This record gives sequence, C-alpha cells and structure tokens, in this order.
Amino acid sequence: MTNYTTASEPLDGKVPPGPIEHKWDDHKFATKLVNPANKRKFEIIVVGTGLAGASAAATLGELGYKVKAFCFQDSPRRAHSIAAQGGINAAKNYQSDGDSIFRLFYDTVKGGDYRAREANVYRLAQVSVDIIDQCTAQGVPFAREYGGLLDNRSFGGAQVSRTFYARGQTGQQLLLGSYQALERQINLGTVEMYPRTEMLDLVVKDGVAVGIVVRDLITGEVSSHSAHAVVLATGGYSNAFFLSTNAKGCNVTAAWRAHRKGAYFANPCYTQIHPTCIPASDDFQSKLTLMSESLRNDGRIWVPKDPGDTRSPDLIPEADRDYYLERRYPAFGNLVPRDVASRASKREVDDGRGVGPLKNGVYLDFAEAIGRLGRHVIEERYDNLFQMYERITGEDPYRVPMRIYPAVHYTMGGLWVDYDLMTNVPGLYALGEANFSDHGANRLGASALMQGLADGYFVLPATISGYLAPQLGQQPVPTSDPAFVAAEAEVSERTKRLLAVRGTKSPDHFHRELGKIVWDNCGMARSQDSLTKALGEIPALRDEFYRDVKVLGSDMDFNQSLERAGRVADFLEFSELMCLDALHREESCGGHFRVEHQTEDGEALRDDDDFAYAGAWEFTGVGEDPVLHKEPLVFENVKLAQRSYK
Amino acid sequence: MTIQEVSTASQKAGADDADRLAKDTGAPVPQKKQRGAPWPVHFWRSAIGKKWVMAVTGIMLLGFVLVHMIGNLKVFLSAKEVDQYGEWLRTILEPALPRTVFLWILRVGLIGAFFLHITSAYQLTRMNHAARPVKYKGGRNYVAADFASRTMRWTGIIIGLFLIYHLADLTWGTLNPHFVRGAPYENMVQSFNKWYIAAIYIVANIALGIHIFHGAWAMFQSLGLNNPSYNRARRYFATGFAALITIGNVSIPIAVLTGAVS
Amino acid sequence: MHVNLRVWRQAGPKADGGFEEYSVDDVSPDMSFLELFDVLNEQLLADGVEPVAFDHDCREGICGSCSMMINGQAHGPEKGTATCQLHMRKFEDGANITVEPWRARSFPIVKDLAVNRSALDRIIESGGFITVPTGSASEANLTLIPKDVADWAMDAAACIGCGACVAACPNGAAQLFTAAKVSHLNILPQGQPERYERVVAMVDTMEEYFGSCTLHRECEAACPKEISIDFIAMMNRDYVKAQFKNRRLSAQR
Repeated sequence: MTNYTTASEPLDGKVPPGPIEHKWDDHKFATKLVNPANKRKFEIIVVGTGLAGASAAATLGELGYKVKAFCFQDSPRRAHSIAAQGGINAAKNYQSDGDSIFRLFYDTVKGGDYRAREANVYRLAQVSVDIIDQCTAQGVPFAREYGGLLDNRSFGGAQVSRTFYARGQTGQQLLLGSYQALERQINLGTVEMYPRTEMLDLVVKDGVAVGIVVRDLITGEVSSHSAHAVVLATGGYSNAFFLSTNAKGCNVTAAWRAHRKGAYFANPCYTQIHPTCIPASDDFQSKLTLMSESLRNDGRIWVPKDPGDTRSPDLIPEADRDYYLERRYPAFGNLVPRDVASRASKREVDDGRGVGPLKNGVYLDFAEAIGRLGRHVIEERYDNLFQMYERITGEDPYRVPMRIYPAVHYTMGGLWVDYDLMTNVPGLYALGEANFSDHGANRLGASALMQGLADGYFVLPATISGYLAPQLGQQPVPTSDPAFVAAEAEVSERTKRLLAVRGTKSPDHFHRELGKIVWDNCGMARSQDSLTKALGEIPALRDEFYRDVKVLGSDMDFNQSLERAGRVADFLEFSELMCLDALHREESCGGHFRVEHQTEDGEALRDDDDFAYAGAWEFTGVGEDPVLHKEPLVFENVKLAQRSYK
Repeated sequence: MTIQEVSTASQKAGADDADRLAKDTGAPVPQKKQRGAPWPVHFWRSAIGKKWVMAVTGIMLLGFVLVHMIGNLKVFLSAKEVDQYGEWLRTILEPALPRTVFLWILRVGLIGAFFLHITSAYQLTRMNHAARPVKYKGGRNYVAADFASRTMRWTGIIIGLFLIYHLADLTWGTLNPHFVRGAPYENMVQSFNKWYIAAIYIVANIALGIHIFHGAWAMFQSLGLNNPSYNRARRYFATGFAALITIGNVSIPIAVLTGAVS
Repeated sequence: MHVNLRVWRQAGPKADGGFEEYSVDDVSPDMSFLELFDVLNEQLLADGVEPVAFDHDCREGICGSCSMMINGQAHGPEKGTATCQLHMRKFEDGANITVEPWRARSFPIVKDLAVNRSALDRIIESGGFITVPTGSASEANLTLIPKDVADWAMDAAACIGCGACVAACPNGAAQLFTAAKVSHLNILPQGQPERYERVVAMVDTMEEYFGSCTLHRECEAACPKEISIDFIAMMNRDYVKAQFKNRRLSAQR
C-alpha cells in the first residue's frame, strides 16, 4: 500500500467549549455520573498494567466498578513503565522558578512541535499537581531536600526545575505505587487479575466494543471476556524497530487488533528517538539500554573535531573537542529536546566523528561535573546509572566518558482518542502511551510517567461514567454471542496458522529484518525514497514470514516462540502503516524528520498550513489502502512558532 | 435475574493465578495458617515468633554456659574451691528459700529453655524443608552462608546428645563408675583422665563454640535488635563469646590430660 | 568464546525434568547471559528442538522477570546483578555453566527455567500498600520527610521482586522480599497508620508460602539490588511489637 484515501469529514475530538482553564472542570461537571450503588453493575476490562493500566484498574475498582485486569507478564508489577529512570514532571512550582500549569502546558505543546491537542495537554498539566500528591501519599519515596521537602531536578526541553524523581528508579517507584493500589483492590475483590494472559482480539458488536479475546500464556487456552467497556493501556510500538529500549515483551498487538476492528490509529510516524542510550556492540544485541536523560544535566556531550582522532578521550585536549550541542544551541546547551539532541548525534556519527570501537556513539563526559561538584555529588545523583553502564560495557564512567547513541524509545502515535480518551469505537478507551493525544510529535522528558498516571488516576475514571451511565440496567453482551464465538475462532485459527508454517527461520529473524528496514528507512531521518523502499520491502518480508517462519511446540502450552511469532506478525502489518503515515506527512516535526523538509541549518521544518492535523488511519484490510481521517488541531492559547532552542 | 455469562475462561470469578495454576499446573498453594488466635498462640505459630523464642532462650542458655564455665574454671584454683562452689549452688537464697530450692528453679528454667529452643528449632526445620521439597539438582555455591550457619542443626544435635551424656557422667553418675555424689572435683578429674572421655568433652565444646558463633550473632537479628552503627560489634561479641566459652571449657580436660590439674 | 551449558529442561509443572547439555560457539564477551540463551534458542530451533523457556522482559535489571540459578548461584556470580545484566565477560572461555530454575515449593516450575512467582504478589496483596484512594491525598509537601529517612525507605523500595532471595535461601524463605516491602512503607510517615496491621498481615501470608530465616545471609548476597538484611531485623521488631501494641491505649497517652 502506498496510497490512501482521505475521508471528507474532519474527525471531532469532542473538546468541550469554554476557556482552556475551565474546560476540564466544566466537562467533569457536565459528565453523567453513576450512582455508587450502581457502579458494581458495570464490568470494565483493563488491558495492560503499567502506570496507566494499573492506576486505572485500581481507581475504577476503588470507585466500585467490577474490573478485570490483564497483563502478559507474570505479575502486574513487571510492566515496562518500571524501567523509566529520570522522573515525572508536575507544575508544582516548588522551586519558585517561574513554573505554572500554563508553562508546563506551553512547554509540552511547544516540545511536541505543535502537533498535540491543546485541551488534552492543558488538562494533563492541571492534574500533574494531583499526581505528585497522590503518589507521595502512597509512599513513593521521592528524593528529598535536607529540610524534608520534595526535591526537583531539571530536564530537557524546560527552563524550570519541575521534575520529581526517586533516584534513577522513578518509573519503578511510581509503578510500585499503582501496583500496590491495584493489589489492594485485588484483595478487596473489586479487581480480578489475569497475569500471563495476552489480549489477542477485540470483540466489536454493532460498532460497539463489548469484550476481548485472550490467550492464557501458560495453558494456551483461548477465552473471551465481555464487559461494558474495554480500556487498552498496552503501551507503544517501539519494538517495531526490534532494537529499542523497550522491554522484549512490549508489542503492538492489542492496539493493532483494535485497529483492525475499527479503531483509528493516529500519527504512527511519530516515534521518539532517545538521545542517551548505550550504543549496540554487535549483531547479537537483543535490545538497547537507555541511560536516563537526566545525565545531560551534568554530562557534556562532545566528539573529537577530527574524524580520524583515535586517541583515548582523556588524551584529547579541550581544543580538539567539539561540544556540538553547546556550540549550536547556546541557550539550552546539552538540555535541548530529545529529537534535536538525537539528530545532532546522528549528524556527528554520519560525518564519521563517532567514537567507540564501531564508531557509533558520542561522548557524554562527566569529568567537568565531577571536578566542579565532587565525585560524591555525582554518585548521589547517578550512581545506579553509572553502575549499570559499567556492568553493560565494562567501562567505568567516573574515569572514562560514557558512549551514547540515540535509540527508539517512545512512540507518540497511538490509537486515536477523543477528549474523554475514548477511541472512535464506542466503549473502547486507550490510555497512556497506547493513545496519541498529549505529546504531539515529540515527548518531553519526564512527561510519559505524568501522562500515564494522569490518564489512569484522574482522566479515565472521571470520563468513563459518561459512557456507562446511559447503559444502566443493560447486561454485558454474553460471551456466547456469535460476535465472541467468531472472534475466538479467528484467534485460534491465527495461532494454528503460525504453527502450521513449519518453515526454516525463527520469529526473531523476521523481527530483526523488519527492524533493519524500519530503522534504516523510517528512523531518525526519513525521505520519500527511503519510505517508498520500506513500503516495498515490508509486504515482501510479511509474505516470507508466512511462508518460512518456524515455530515449534504446541498452542496448548507455554510457548514463547509462538507468543513472539504472533507479535512479529502484527508488527509486520503495523510497520507498513507507520511508513505510509511518514510518507504522507510531507513536513518535519518533532520525532518525524523528513530530509526534504528542513531549514538551512538542518532543523525540522513544519508545514502548519497543510499538516496541522492529527492523521488517524482507518483499517480496510491487510495491504489495502487505508482511509485517512484528519482531526484539525486548533491552537488558541499557544502561538505556533518555529521551535528554537538556540 | 439471570446472571449473564461474561467469560468463557475456565477460571471462576475471583480466581487468580494461584488458583488457576493450582488446577492446571499445580502451583503455589499456601499452607493456610489459622489466624486470629490470642497473641501468645499467634506469635508462637509464626516463624518469627519461634525465632524470637529461640533468641530469648538462647540468651538464657548463653548465660548458663557462661556461669557454668566460670564455676568450672575454679579447678585451676583448688579442689576445695570447686567443692565449695558446688555446695554454694545448693544454698543460694538460703534462708529465704529452703536448701536447693533455688537451684531447682534454675534447673526447671533451664530445662524449659532447652525444651523451647529445641522445639522451635525442630518445627522451623520442618517448615524450611517443606519450603523447598525439591533441592537444587545442579548443586549450590554458597557465597555468604558460613560453616557455622549451615551446621546449626548438627552442632545443636551434638550439643544435645553431649548434654545427656554430660549429665549422666557428672551429675547423675550413671555412666561414671567412680562417681561420688558431692565431690565434683574428684569426679571430673576421674573422667577427664580417660582420653576418650576428654575427647568427647573437647569435641562437644568445639561444637558449642561453633553454635554460639552463629547463634549469639543471629539472636540480635531475630529480636530485631540491630543497627548499622553496631552491627560490627555484634560480630565481635559473638566471636568473642564463642571463643571464651570454647577455650574456657576445653582448657579443663586438656589441663587434666596434661597433668596440670590432678 | 565457547561455553558448555547444562540446562534444566522440564516440559511442564508436573512433568519430570532433567539436565540437557548444549554447547554454544562464537559467544562474545559483550553478550549478556540472556543473549547467550537467545543464541542457544536460535540454534535449538534450527535443530528442530523446542527452545528453552525462560522469563525475561526489560533486560535492564529492573523488571525482575529474569530468574536463573547459574552455577548454584541465583542470578549468577556477579554481585548486585540480575541475570539480564550479567555479561559473558564474567566467564572464562570454555566454561561449563549449569543453569537451573529457581526452586521452592511456592515457585512451581511452569516450564524449563520459568517459574511461577505469584506467591510474592499474594504477600503484597495482604498488606503491602498504603490505603489512599485516588484523589484523597493532601498536598505533598505537607509531610516533611528527613532526607535520610526517604533514602532509607528508597533502599528498601529498590526491590525488584525477582525472588532471588527465595531462590538463594537454603530455607526457601522470602524474608528479604517481605522485609523490603514492609520496611519501605513502615519507615515512611505515610505508612504509620497501618504499620502494625501491615507487618502482621504480610508476615503471616509470607509464612503460608515460604520458609523461615536462619540468617545465612545468602539472600543479601544474591539480591540484585543488594538490599540489606537489616530490614529483616526491622520487620522482626515490628512483628514482635505488633503483638503487644494496643493503638487505642497509645492514643490516650
């Protein structure tokens, strides 16, 4: 598919009217409520137990709804939110450095290169304050000042210190907070937990989401669950690139299955490349490891000026080093947003100035900070990151500069949702990284945790009652309904098909091949040629996959190759849409950089006249031309401007 | 109202991983504890309670072995000192209490402490074996556990058996052909003059030292009395105590064997 | 590098298991231990043998999924390191490596090297939380927490729930896991109202599944987050106190 049709009707985000500061409060007041005694009559399915899913399931359970939560990991605590290191933003203005809800909103919209929906972002900034209160009360051990107050650090893309953190394990601590809240509800019986259970299809009846089909990963049993509403909090699709900083299990399957059943997939081309990851060391590399962006607070990024310079870094004098971020962006220096920092490193490496044995990285140097602050301060701030780096590379970053290189890390695109976080399929919601709404074309550091928790704790529980209230008295569609029976049969058939191929190559082989195609052609820099090339190669690879994949074992067993094969199959379909979206968006913005559209300095060049919209794709069939629905993005509170971090 | 079927999973509502696996794959099934008993019962039923009892009785037994050793070291003074000490034990708190009553109170306390110490150890061992019914097939490579901690069970059994022998030898005299009631010094020298009996005493006291080396350190942990600022001191205390008791006790049979005491 | 692996294979929870020997060539020292298993599995698949099942996810030492007994040590020989962060440069060329699943009554084997650790979730479920319904929290900076206290709580909270403590303990005890979770919340001011109920509930649940502590300190040595056994002492103290604590009485004083 290299073509698409465009729907004539614009997509309506259902943003409430009124001034932006009042929209959320007014909307909550206008939303129908469900009486506490009636809440237990509603069944809600939550898929995924990361920050968004666990907090949503816990809060819905607390409110009194009957919740079923699903995750493919062996425990809800293992979702990949746990790996977030740096921190979580909130407009608390504890540092009295000029922060405010409006500034967080403004920074997020600007950081997202003006491709986010204003009203959602403003709401996110509003509830960010409540998230910190909630998490602190839950016992999240945020870092403290000596006086006992909460400490903040600064982060990329902002000129204020608004990031709360718990050593380098903020995501872990926040997830444990919501996991513990979830476990409390499991104990109280309001939430039923299904670990090691993977969602393999969405069930839609008369255009409404009525349940899901899952596979028990241990016994292989395929079963259906029906509910009044289905909430997907299933994360992003970075693993389409095979090498990413995501966990090995992260996948697009749930979102893609929902897309196949009618949910629009918005902006899949917005993928974030994180600037500070450890470079790959060889072909067997199974994933890349991220080093928190907070390292850029104290580390200075440089490369040798001379591409042929093979001296060890400590022997290279200042005069022969190029601190290219500080040179090009004096105002933000090493703290420019992620996309800018990533592309700058790519430029250095492409020009041959890369460092390390494979010349695939740049230096992140702490010598100056250690000299200025003392080693103990650096230890206090980053010791666990330094230890992790040393374990992986065998090099001590206290003595030798770290080597870093960008890697795919987060995906801003996702299922299209309206202001209520409901997709275009009634009854189907998407939260956290799985939706598209808040980060536009680029996400600022420490904002993913904020969005996941905002969606799960505060937004969805407030909006879902508006959908449920009118259904009072209606039972969920029984799982004996033909819609369920058909979906179950389809899932079993697909699983059997993967086993029946009995080819010669492993699912991982195809995943790596796919990763190479999309990284080379739809990675940090994209062009019409590269995308067209990818759109030719992906369907060919997909055909080969169904001819030659080799999965051993049975479907009625714990079969990890089978799980992986199913996920790779969905990535093979999804990646095509990602490339098509990148091809159609004839502009550069945030994480989407088209080489045809850049300024003379090599910066992203947006086209606000033609592309100030969210592109939501409707599925029409594998390999068929999809339909593009445009949601125009209107900016009433932020003036569109060329981003500049100089 | 009929209840609608909302799930085709063979899992019942409220079931979780444990239940599902218990059915399909035989997975963690708790050994349900009775809860809500009065506190001494509840506390005793818990492993932490038993460890606490072991620590408290351990302290009592440590006190006993220390006093016992001090009394015995009087052999290095003279036979009279030992015999006088033995006599004094029977007369403590006289005339407030009749003769030997206080000694019997001590004996009953000690017997109680031994009983609780051994019962807890036995029950905890059972619990620990049940917690890992299938051992590692590829072997273990211990990095922190020391010889003392891993042999507590065995040193404990050696000490227990020795204790019975020791009582039969020097308290009841049933295993000692030359036993004379009321003449502890002479009885002791008679026994220790035989090298194999002295060896029994030496081996048992080394076992006791090893047992104390771990126990006197671990009891702080079981009682919750630890603190990073004096955790080191705990190690020194336990090592010192174990060395003191072992050297003190072993010195007597050696002194007898070498003729320093006769 | 070249390594010889002895890997435990077991088709299912009730099936009989045994060691299988495999050798892997062209191992790079920069490879992680799990990447070694990726390579092994590719090799097995090519040979038509079902790949080895093992739990893994984030591969950066934080999710706690990976769980291998490597040469008789939980997470292998490197201190403070989970299996996924263990690199082959820690082994010698030609090394013989035995890999076994974690063994405990309450960690039943799912398949090969994967075990079921849901008993740890049960412990959290019984009391490992602070009751604070969403939206009911007060302003975060109202409660001052001395930095040392917050840091100490964080030391405990760093637990990744991998279960290495249980695997390493000669008694199959989960004291270090439970103590870390109890202490994290019991140290903080926010955790005080439920402090004693929490410790009793969590310890009682723990003891339904796991063994008891005899202070071998193997757990501390195996813990990828190097959590101190001092937390076990704190849990013991709180558990004992909870037996005597009458909170209504203390409120009168």
